[in-house]
Amino acid sequence: MSATAGERGGDPHELGHDDTVPISERGPAPKRIVVAYGFWIFLLSDFILFSGFFAAYFVLSGATAGGPGGRDLFDLPLVATETIFLLLSSFACGMAGIATMARNKLWFQVAMGATGLLGAGFLALELSEFAQLISAGHGPQRSAFLSAFFALVGCHGLHVLLGLVWLTTMMAQVWAKGFRDDILRRITCFALFWHALDIIWVALFTSVYLLGTVR
Amino acid sequence: MSMLFGKLGWESIPLNEPIPIIASGVVALAILGLLGWVWRAGHFPYLWREWITSVDHKRIGVMYCLLAAVMLLRGFSDAILMRSQQAIAYGNPGYLPPDHYDQVFSAHGTIMIFFVAMPFMIGLMNFAVPLQLGIRDVAFPTLNSVSFWLTASGALLINISLLVGEFAKTGWVVYPPLSELRFSPGVGVDYYLWAIQISGAGTLLTGVNFVTTILKIRAAGMGYSRMPMFCWTALATNLLIVAAFPILTATLGMLTLDRYLGFHFFTNELGGNAMMFVNMFWAWGHPEVYILILPAFGIFSEVASTFSGKPLFGYRSMIIATMAICLLSFIVWLHHFFTMGAGADVNGFFGVTTMIIAVPTGVKVFNWLFTIYGGRVRFATPMLWAIGFMVTFVIGGMTGVLLAVPPADFLLHNSLFLVAHFHNVIIGGVLFGAFAGLTYWWPKAFGFTLDETWGKRAFWLWISGFYVAFMPLYILGLMGMTRRLSHYDVPGWQPWLIAAAVGVVLIAGGIACQIVMITVSIRRRHDLRDAGGDPWDGRTLEWITTSPPPPYNFAVLPDVTGQEAYWGVKAAARDDQKLSALPDYAAIAMPRNTPTGVVSAFFASLMGFALIWHIWWLVLLGFVGAWATFVLFAWRDDDAYEVAADDLAAHDRDRRAGKAALLGLDDGVPA
Repeated sequence: MSATAGERGGDPHELGHDDTVPISERGPAPKRIVVAYGFWIFLLSDFILFSGFFAAYFVLSGATAGGPGGRDLFDLPLVATETIFLLLSSFACGMAGIATMARNKLWFQVAMGATGLLGAGFLALELSEFAQLISAGHGPQRSAFLSAFFALVGCHGLHVLLGLVWLTTMMAQVWAKGFRDDILRRITCFALFWHALDIIWVALFTSVYLLGTVR
Repeated sequence: MSMLFGKLGWESIPLNEPIPIIASGVVALAILGLLGWVWRAGHFPYLWREWITSVDHKRIGVMYCLLAAVMLLRGFSDAILMRSQQAIAYGNPGYLPPDHYDQVFSAHGTIMIFFVAMPFMIGLMNFAVPLQLGIRDVAFPTLNSVSFWLTASGALLINISLLVGEFAKTGWVVYPPLSELRFSPGVGVDYYLWAIQISGAGTLLTGVNFVTTILKIRAAGMGYSRMPMFCWTALATNLLIVAAFPILTATLGMLTLDRYLGFHFFTNELGGNAMMFVNMFWAWGHPEVYILILPAFGIFSEVASTFSGKPLFGYRSMIIATMAICLLSFIVWLHHFFTMGAGADVNGFFGVTTMIIAVPTGVKVFNWLFTIYGGRVRFATPMLWAIGFMVTFVIGGMTGVLLAVPPADFLLHNSLFLVAHFHNVIIGGVLFGAFAGLTYWWPKAFGFTLDETWGKRAFWLWISGFYVAFMPLYILGLMGMTRRLSHYDVPGWQPWLIAAAVGVVLIAGGIACQIVMITVSIRRRHDLRDAGGDPWDGRTLEWITTSPPPPYNFAVLPDVTGQEAYWGVKAAARDDQKLSALPDYAAIAMPRNTPTGVVSAFFASLMGFALIWHIWWLVLLGFVGAWATFVLFAWRDDDAYEVAADDLAAHDRDRRAGKAALLGLDDGVPA
C-alpha cells in the first residue's frame, strides 16, 4: 500500500503507512457504532450544558441576599429517597437492556414500565420539594442562590421529564414494531441518556446537597 | 383575549415607523411574488420533493448557502442604514431615531454572525466534507435536514420582528442588566433569545452530526493523516460547536428565566451577577470566533494548494496549528472585557494566552505563503479571494494582538477600533473564505463554472470597499469614537465617517457584481459546462465524481491510497496511460427524503413565536406537534430506496468517459 502510494506520488508528505491497515483506514463504521458514538457526542454536549448551570450555581451559591442558604433548606432524607428512586430506575433500565438482548417483549415492557414509574416517583418527590420551598417563600425569585439552585435541579428534572416522554414512546414503538434494527439502536441511545442523567444526579447530589448542608 | 393572543395586539405592529413597515412590506411582496411564481409555474412539487424534504447533504449545503446569501442582503441593508446615519448625523439627530438605530445595530450583528457567517460555513461543510471523505452522506441525514430547517426557523423569527413587535436594542451581545425585563420590557430581547435558541439547537445537532461523520465514516484508506485540510478544520469547528454552543444555550436559558419567571441570575437585585453573563457569553463567544474562521482556513488551504498546483505546505503543522487553536480558543475569553477589573494578574494571563493563539495562526499564514511559493499560480477568482484574505487577515490579526495588550485595551475597548478589528477578521477571513468556497465548489454543485470576469470585478470592489469602509474606523477608534453612536458632535469625525460610507457603496457594487455573476453564469451555463467534473485540476476526492454528483456521490466508494487521494489517482492514470480497471458494481441503499425537518421546524417556529408573545396554548401545540412529527418519522417502515448496480455502472461509464476526455486517455471501457 505504502509502496504504491510513494511511487504514485499520492503521499507527498511521506507520512508513511505500514502494511497492516490501521483502524482509521478500514472504511465507514457499522451503523450501530455510528449511532451510539453520535449519541455519546450529544451527551457530552449535554454535560457541558449542565456544567454551565453548575458553574452559575457555584458562583451564586453564596449570594443569598439575606435569605436562607442551602444549610437551612435542604432536606437530606428526602433527597436520599429521590436518589434511591433514580438509581433503582437506572437498574430497571439495565434490566430492560437485558430483556432487549433476549428479544423478550414482555419483560422489556415490564422493565421499562418500572424504569418509568421510578423516574416519575423521582420527579414527584422533586416537585414536592420545590412546592415546599416555594410555599415557604423560598422560591427562585427570593435570591440569586435560589435562582441558580432551582435552575440547576430543575434542568435535571426537565431532562427526566423529557426522558419519560421518550421512554413511553419507546415502549409504544417496541409494542407496535418489535425489535427492529433501528429501534434497537434507539433503545441503546435511550439507555445511555437515562444513565447519563444518573451521572449528573450524582454530581448534583454531592456538590449541591451534601456540600451545601456541610457548609 | 390575552389567553388567546398573549401580549400580541394591533399595537404590536409599528405603523408609525415608516422604515420597518416599508422594508417589511417590500420583503413580504417579494416573497409572495416569488411563491406565486413558483406555484403558477408548477415548480412547487419539484421543490418540495427534491429540495425542501431533501436529506442529501449537497442539497442541504446549497440551501444553507442560499439562506446565508439572503440574510447577507438583510444584514447589509442594516449596515447601509448605520453608515449613512453616521455619515450625516454630525450635530443633528440624523434620520434614524435612537430607538430604531439601536435595533438596527443589534439586528446587524445578530444576523451577520448567526444567520450569515454560520450558515455559510455550515453550508460549505455540508456540501464538501462528505465528498472529500469519499462517502455517500453524513452520519445522520435526516437530522441534518432538521438542523437546516431549525436554522431557517431562527432566521424567520428575526425577520418577523421587523414587522411584529421590535428587535432587541441591546447590541447583539444582549448584556444584562440592560437586557433584563426592567430595562428592556418589550419583546425585542425575547425575539433574540428564542431565535438564537432554536437555531442554536440546529447548530448543535450539526456539530454532533459532523464530528460523528468525520471520526466514524470515511472511505477505506482515508486515515487521519490523509484527510484533506478542509475536513480537518471542519472537524475542529464541529468539536468547538459541540463544546461551546451548550454554554450559550445555558446562558441564554438563564437570561430567559430572569425575564420570564423573575429569577435573579443577572439582575441588579438580590445577589444577581451581571458580569457572570458576560463571562459565560464569551466562554461561548470566543470559541465561536474560531468556529467561523477555521472552516475558512480550510477553504483557503484547499484553494491555495489547488491553484498553485502544489501539495499544501506543512500539512502536519497545519493540523497541529488547527487543533492548537481549537484548544487555546477556550482560554482567551476574558480579553473581551479586560475593563471588568479582574486585576493585573488575570488580565495579564488572558493577554498572554491571546497573544499565544496568534502563533499557530502565524504558522498557517506562512504555510499558505510557502504553498504558493514556487508554484505555478493560476489567478482564478477563488485564488484572488485567498490572496486578498492573506493580506487583509494579517492586518486584522495584528490589530487583534494590539487589543490583547490590556493597557491598550483600556483605551480601545468598545471603540470603533474594535469594530474595525473584528470586521477586518470576519469580512477578510470568514466572508472572503465563503466567497472563495462558493466560486471554488460552485461547478461541483451545479455542473458549470462561474463567470470569471464578473467574479473578479466583485472581488476588486469588495476588497477595495472593505479597506475604504473599515480603515477609517481604526482611525476613528484612535480618535476616541465609541461604537453604537447614533449621532455625535465632534467635527473631526465626520470626514472619516463619510469615507466609510463611500466604502459601503463600493461593497454594494461588489454584491451587485456577484448577483450579475450568478445571473450571467446561469445564462451561459452551456458554455461554462464542467464536463469532466474537475475544472480546477483538483487534488481531493470531490473532483473524482461528476459535476453535479449523483445523489449517492460515488458509484463505488473510493479506496484511498495516499494523501491527496484524487491527485494520486490522476497520477496513476497518467503513468499507466489509462484509467483504473472497472470495479464491480453492487446495489446500494440510500436514505429516502422526508418532511420531518421542515415540519418539525415549522412547529418550532410556532413555539418560538408563541413563547415570545406569551401565547401558552400555542407553545404546547408547537411542542406536541414537533414531538408527533418525530414519532411519525420513527414509525415509518420504509426508510431507504435501492439504486441498482446497472444504474451505478451506467452513471460511472459516463463519469469515466468525462475523466478520460479530460486526461486525454482511453476510458478503459470495453466497446
